[in-house]
Amino acid sequence: MQQPILQVSGLTMDFGGIRALNNLDLDVNEGEIVALIGPNGAGKTTFFNCVTGIYAPTKGEVDLYHKEKNRVVSLLGMKPNQVTEQGLARTFQNIRLFSQMTVLENVMIGRHCRTKAFILGALLRDKKTMQEEDEIIQTSHEILTKIGLQRYENEIAENLPYGAQRRLEIARALATEPVLLLLDEPAAGMNPQETIELVNLIQEIASEGQSILLIEHDMKLVMSLSDRIFVMDYGKKIAQGTPEEIRNNPAVIKAYLGEEVDA
Amino acid sequence: MFTFEELKRSFLVSIWFVFLTFPIMVIRVDSIEKTVQWRWMNMVYVAIGSFILSFVFRYMMQRKEMKSEDNGDGDKKDKTGRSFIHRWLADPKYRNAILGSLLAAAIIFPHVFSTYQTSIMTTALMYVVLGLGLNIVVGLAGLLDLGYVAFYAVGAYTYALLYHFFGVGFWVALPIGGLLAALFGILLGIPVLRLRGDYLAIVTLGFGEIIRLVMENWGAFSQGPSGVSNIPRPSFFGIDMSLDTALVYTYYLMILLVIFTIFFVNRLQDSRLGRAWIALREDEIACQAMGIDKMKTKLVAFSLGAFWAGIVGVIFAAKTTFISPRSFTFIESAIILSIVVLGGMGSIIGVIFGALILILLPEYLRALSEYRMLAFGAILVCMMVFRPQGIIGSIRRTYTYQNRKKADGEVS
Amino acid sequence: MDYFIELLFSGLSRGAIYALIALGYTMVYGIIGLINFAHGEIYMIGAFTSFIIATILTILGFPGLAIILLAGLAAVIWSASYGYTIEKVAYKPLRHAPRLSALISAIGMSMFLQNYVLLAQTSDFLPFPQLVPDFDFMEPIAHIVGSSDMVILVTTTVVMICLTILIKYTKIGKAMRATSQDRTMAMLVGINVNRIISITFIIGSSLAAIGGMLVASHIGQINFYIGFIAGIKAFTAAVLGGIGSIPGAVLGSVVLGLTESFATGYVSSDYEDVFAFSLLVLILIFKPSGLLGKADTQKV
Repeated sequence: MQQPILQVSGLTMDFGGIRALNNLDLDVNEGEIVALIGPNGAGKTTFFNCVTGIYAPTKGEVDLYHKEKNRVVSLLGMKPNQVTEQGLARTFQNIRLFSQMTVLENVMIGRHCRTKAFILGALLRDKKTMQEEDEIIQTSHEILTKIGLQRYENEIAENLPYGAQRRLEIARALATEPVLLLLDEPAAGMNPQETIELVNLIQEIASEGQSILLIEHDMKLVMSLSDRIFVMDYGKKIAQGTPEEIRNNPAVIKAYLGEEVDA
Repeated sequence: MFTFEELKRSFLVSIWFVFLTFPIMVIRVDSIEKTVQWRWMNMVYVAIGSFILSFVFRYMMQRKEMKSEDNGDGDKKDKTGRSFIHRWLADPKYRNAILGSLLAAAIIFPHVFSTYQTSIMTTALMYVVLGLGLNIVVGLAGLLDLGYVAFYAVGAYTYALLYHFFGVGFWVALPIGGLLAALFGILLGIPVLRLRGDYLAIVTLGFGEIIRLVMENWGAFSQGPSGVSNIPRPSFFGIDMSLDTALVYTYYLMILLVIFTIFFVNRLQDSRLGRAWIALREDEIACQAMGIDKMKTKLVAFSLGAFWAGIVGVIFAAKTTFISPRSFTFIESAIILSIVVLGGMGSIIGVIFGALILILLPEYLRALSEYRMLAFGAILVCMMVFRPQGIIGSIRRTYTYQNRKKADGEVS
Repeated sequence: MDYFIELLFSGLSRGAIYALIALGYTMVYGIIGLINFAHGEIYMIGAFTSFIIATILTILGFPGLAIILLAGLAAVIWSASYGYTIEKVAYKPLRHAPRLSALISAIGMSMFLQNYVLLAQTSDFLPFPQLVPDFDFMEPIAHIVGSSDMVILVTTTVVMICLTILIKYTKIGKAMRATSQDRTMAMLVGINVNRIISITFIIGSSLAAIGGMLVASHIGQINFYIGFIAGIKAFTAAVLGGIGSIPGAVLGSVVLGLTESFATGYVSSDYEDVFAFSLLVLILIFKPSGLLGKADTQKV
């Protein structure tokens, strides 16, 4: 079996007396789209926050396998920016764009951790810095073209339509060259048309070999996109498997009691 | 627009303010002589003033609301309708002409105007640099620093005390003052930059006051409240200069510093680092998720701002030849903040205008100078309420591609 | 030992004054998340108003008790009005703006009010009449505890009890607590949030006015600048106790008052303000949630 690029084992997170995550295991293989689902309050976003270093988990292991460098790094105890540097990029459930910056600049920020220029470079504008700056602009431009936002490039991010803002978050995360892309409810609040476009977009990104872990409520989207699904409830993993297996899993149906699981 | 309803509202506002300001504005007592002075005219002024201002206030609020409503339309206007200054500066033909004539005007200024005017202008230029320095911290990185004057004091005292104890000259003290201020910035920044915005503001305020109080009380080191005097003016290869020449010389020095600062800040804000600052101002968490080291980025902004304050501090000490803790009160920080806020946070041209307006206007309108701080306070409130982007807001840069081939395609 | 008790009481009365001001900071912060920088100025205006009214009444020959009560009442009325107006003019339009905008506005308001009093009244220190007489029954311990210290302590205690009752048991108090927990939710259940915010400013300002009068009468002089230092110290106390927490503000104030009193009494009076500022910086760095405050977790 191939080496999973993300391996989370025994992840536990306590907030005071509340156990938000309970001994959670999860893995993502290269090139896979994996979904993490569960009812509201199941701890999905907390899981993302623990993995990306925003919260420090109480217990557990988070390992990222970097194929090009052929080594495994433990993400535990790293600051969020270090996690991103190691190759884990994320989007946010409630959009967190740099709202007063242009769309292109938003993506350019994503290139930050892959570039180096500092005070001296900024002042002298030497050849190396300018090349790097060109590279930032060029790559960002390409990513925006791929995501289909190039026509908004010089707009202020805040003025974008809602769906485009969500896509911009993805573009920004992609700019960091992630080994694994974490999407936190990318379709939240989208209309059906936008959701279809989003599915196409995610498939396109995945077809280029990008591994993706996503949290989503839209079952249709999850079932049609994912290679594997993990189901959480009350901070615990209650099921895992292919969409087919999950669809028929009694524990999952029980957790979603009242909610339809159709696709 | 002057409907009965409106008039009634303004009338009520007017009555309210007459009541509100009654004890402070109308009555003045002398508790020793046991006399009371009734200044009824003030009451009339307040009544008329508040009546008119209430119209202005409502009108401005309406305008602001209308703007925020047609937002979709607003950004189109922004593109074409950005302030004429930005449009002029965007066009290289105009830009060179404007900058050239400004430079010429700056150069001949001391030869046309009196020494007194030159001295005032020098002070104004010092505030331009201070404003630009604070602009890095507040405007770009979004860190509200209310103790900026502390770094200014560090610079000034560095030169004063280095000269006093060791006879160190201006040119040696200049970089030391800047660097020492930057070092203070780093030392203070490491623990406090973790804090949330409003707490950071208060901590820096506290720090500013601590520095001043220490200077006031540690007589053996800083000569206490009486301050340090007989600080030499800037030297020029050891040539002895008359007072006037020295002033003109300081003026040119400031012109150079202003140009250098503009160059520096302009290049920085258009760089990878500058973008990171602005992103940090917008959303810290998203910033970290993009791989930006929050602490490092903030620390650089904070200490660069401090560095500039330190540099100006040294020049201030050299220009006035006398410094005391009284030059470094919170008021000073508030003035510099007003400059940045009035001009437009993050906007270089805005800050320059802000400094020139706020420093020169009270100097030339002597009659109004006692109302200076009153006006500064009002400006801070009004700008925040009606025009938070400042008189000349910053505009986001747009990038163009000449479809040049990717620079060798390497990612470093 | 007498010296110790003397310092203890002067620390307590200091703390009581800080508490009166700190409560205004903490209540406003709890409700709208703003450091009301102009709060110290409200206190200063309270002191000035009571000074003006008290002087007039003295000239008119009113009896001592009536002077205290009327001057105090005037201070409360006008300070509350100022608090109310400031909120409407400088903070309400910024309710949805970034946090720092409102803070800058508050700083502007503080500068404006200081200079307004400076220009309309005077920049000199004004001698404030001693409103509180030296009580006869205090005579035996007068060398340790002054009468005005005693009055400050008693008044503050009474005010605190009233405030606690107001917040705990009245409808307004409940609405205030609800608003401070979740403004949107409070609005949805039918609480008039704007009114609650106004009331908060009015209560906070009234307390500051009482503090202003008491301290002015105790120290014996006022000027336009007293609000700035007192404001920062009271803010320190509020943060020390945990900003947003009402018992925290009182506890923080007492701790700060005692610290200052003992530090100046036993160490050096030159650095009186340095102690307070250093304490402020240290708390914010090491325990920004204060003694009784809740640590806030960042929502992502």
